[in-house]
Amino acid sequence: MSIPALETHDLTVTYHKRPVLYGVDVAIPEGNLVGIIGPNGAGKSTFIKSIMGVVPSSGGWVKVYGKPLKEMLHRVGYVPQRESVDWDFPVTVMDVALMGTYGKLGLFRRVGKKERIIASEALDKVGMLPYANRQIGNLSGGQQQRVFLARALAQDSDLYFMDEPFAGVDAATERAIIELLQEMREKGKTVIVVHHDLQSAQQYFDMLILLNMRVVAFGKTEDIFTPDLLHKTYGGKLTVLSEMAEKAAQFPVSNHDDR
Amino acid sequence: MMIDSLPYLASLSVVQSAMLAALFVGVSCGLLGSYVVVRRVALVGDALSHAVFPGVVAGFMWSEERNIFVIFGCAMLAGLLGIGVVRAIEKSTRLKSDAALGIVLASFFAIGIFWNSIDQQSGVKDFLFGDLAVISSLDLSLMGGVTGLVVVSVIALIRPFQVLSFDEGFALGLGYPVKLLNFIFFGLLTFAVVVALQAVGVVLVSAMLITPAATAYLLSDRMHRVMLYAVGFGCFSCLLGGYISSEVSGMPPGPVIALVGAVVFGFVYFAAPRHGVISKVFRQVQQSKRVERENILKAIYRELETDGFKDSGISVEKLAMVRRTTLDDAIRQGKMLVSSDEASWEEDKSAIYMTPSGWRRAAEIVRNHRLWELYLTDLANYEVDHVHDDAEKIEHILGAEAVRKLERDLDFPEFDPHGKPIPTISRSVESVIGKSEETGYGV
Repeated sequence: MSIPALETHDLTVTYHKRPVLYGVDVAIPEGNLVGIIGPNGAGKSTFIKSIMGVVPSSGGWVKVYGKPLKEMLHRVGYVPQRESVDWDFPVTVMDVALMGTYGKLGLFRRVGKKERIIASEALDKVGMLPYANRQIGNLSGGQQQRVFLARALAQDSDLYFMDEPFAGVDAATERAIIELLQEMREKGKTVIVVHHDLQSAQQYFDMLILLNMRVVAFGKTEDIFTPDLLHKTYGGKLTVLSEMAEKAAQFPVSNHDDR
Repeated sequence: MMIDSLPYLASLSVVQSAMLAALFVGVSCGLLGSYVVVRRVALVGDALSHAVFPGVVAGFMWSEERNIFVIFGCAMLAGLLGIGVVRAIEKSTRLKSDAALGIVLASFFAIGIFWNSIDQQSGVKDFLFGDLAVISSLDLSLMGGVTGLVVVSVIALIRPFQVLSFDEGFALGLGYPVKLLNFIFFGLLTFAVVVALQAVGVVLVSAMLITPAATAYLLSDRMHRVMLYAVGFGCFSCLLGGYISSEVSGMPPGPVIALVGAVVFGFVYFAAPRHGVISKVFRQVQQSKRVERENILKAIYRELETDGFKDSGISVEKLAMVRRTTLDDAIRQGKMLVSSDEASWEEDKSAIYMTPSGWRRAAEIVRNHRLWELYLTDLANYEVDHVHDDAEKIEHILGAEAVRKLERDLDFPEFDPHGKPIPTISRSVESVIGKSEETGYGV
C-alpha cells in the first residue's frame, strides 16, 4: 500500500486541562475528499488545528506523506474558519491571495511577477478576479470564503485542511466550492474538510471521519454513513469517559511520546 | 556609526535635537503602532509603557550619572518581563489578556513609582512626563539607532508581519517561525516605547503609538499606506506639539503632543473621504434625496397611469394630494425634480411635466416595485397583502443586474400580483413621450 497522505496516531488534545480529543487514529489515502462530521463540541476544528499545530497536542503524532508535518509544510494548505480573522484588516483581495505564495518565498524574498500570476489565476478560478483590488471587508460571506480558497489554491499544495468552508455561504458559492474540491481530487490532491451538514456530507465526500471527541468511525462514506453509526456519533457525549478523562488530566501521570 | 555621528549630534542646538528626536519617535511609533492597531493589541502598548518604568528607575539607580544605555537596557528587560508575566497569567489562569495587562500595567508602574520615591532620582521625571528639551546627544544617537533598527526590521519582515497580524494560524501553516516573529515584534515595540518615553512620558505613549496609526487607519485600506500615514501623523504631532511647548512657556511637551495628535484624529474622523463622519452623512443625505425624488416620480407615474397616460404631467395641487402634503411642499418637490432634470415646469409653475430621463427613472422604479412584489408572491410564497411595504424599500436598491435576474426567474412577466402592468422601460417611455409632444398638458 502507498504511503497515506495523512496519518495520525493516538492524537490527543486537552484544552485548559479539559480533554477535547483523544486517541485519534486515521490513515487517509491520497486522492480523497474527506469530511469530518460530528456534533458541536466534538473537536472537529480542534482536530485539524492540532494537526496544523495551531493548538498544541498533548500526545500522539502526525505524519504527512510519511514524514513529520514540519518537513512537509510546503505540501500542506490550510483554510481556517472565516470568523478567525478580522475582515476589517487593511488588505485587498489580491493581497490575501498572494499570501498563498508566501510559503515558497521564504521570509525575505519579494513578491514578483510569477507570484502575481499565480494569485491572479487562483482568484480567477474562484471567480474573484474582478474584485482583486477591493478591501476584503467589502465582500459578502460567500465571497470572503472564495478568497480564502483562492489563497489555498495559490499555495499549490497536495494536502488541504479546510475548516468549515461551507459555513454561512450562499448556495451558488457552496456549489462552486464543492466543484472545485472535486476537481482538486481528480488531480490527486487530498482534501480534508470540517463539515456541519449531514445531508450534503453523504453526497460530497468519498470518506468520512465520524468524530465525537474520539473517532466513532472512519472509512468510505458508503460503508459508514449508517443510521447506527450516526446515532452513535450524535447520540450525546460519553459522559463517564469525558469525566474520567478530565479528572485524569488534573493529575497527569502518563508520558506521551511527543514526536 | 552611532559613535561617529556623536560630534555632529553634539553640535545641534536644543531645538534641533528636539526636532530630530521628534522625527525618530514619529517614525518608530508610526510603523509599529500601525501593527498594534490592526492587531487590536492597543492595550499592550499602554501596558508596555508602564511596565518599562521600573526599568527606567533601575537604570538611574545602577548607572553613574544617567547612562542612557544602562537605562535603556533595564527598561527593555522590564518591558519584556512585563509581557512575560502577562503571558504567564493568561496561560495559567482563566483570565484573558485585558485583565492580565491591567494587572501588569498597574503593578509594574507602582513598583517604579514606589522605588523612585524611596531613592529620589532627578532625571526619572523626564521619562515619566517626557521632555524633548533635555535630550542629550547620546540619547539622540540611541534613538536614531533604535529607529534605524525598527525601520530595517519592518521593511525586511513586511510580509511575515502582515500574515502574522492578519491570520496567525495561516502563518503557522506557511512554516513561519511565529513565536520568533512575535518575539521580534514585541521586542521592537518595547524599543519604540522606550524611545517615545523621552518625548511624551510613560502615561502618554499611546499618543504616539495608537493615535497616529488609528488616524491613518481611517484613511486607507492598504497596510503600507496605513504605516506611511501613521509615520506622517506621528512626526507631525510630535514636531508641532514640541514646537508649541517650546514657544509657549508653561506648556508641557507630552500633553501638547498628545493633544495635537488627538486634534488631527478628530479632523480626520470628520473629514476622511471614505470612512469619515462627514462623508458618511453626505452620502446618506444624497441617498435619501434620491429616494425622495424617486418616490415623487413614482407617485406622478401612478397618477398618470390611472388616466391611461392621457396626460404627461400633473398639476401641483394634484401632486400635493397624491403625496399627501401641502401645496408649498409639493412645489419644493417639483423643484427637486426640475433641478435634477427629471421634470420641467409649466410656464406659470402650476404643473410639472416629466422629462424623458424622468420618465425612464419613474418607469424603472415602478417596474422594480412590481417585479419585487411578484417575486415575493410567486417565488418566496408571500401573501399578496404583505409585499407592498417591502417593495417600497427594495425598489430603490435593485440594480440592473438584479432586475435582469428577476425578469429571467419570473419568465418576463407583464403584470404584478395586483394586476397592474409592469412597465418595460423602452415601451413606456416611447409611448408617453410621443404622446406628450402631440397633446401637451391639459387639466
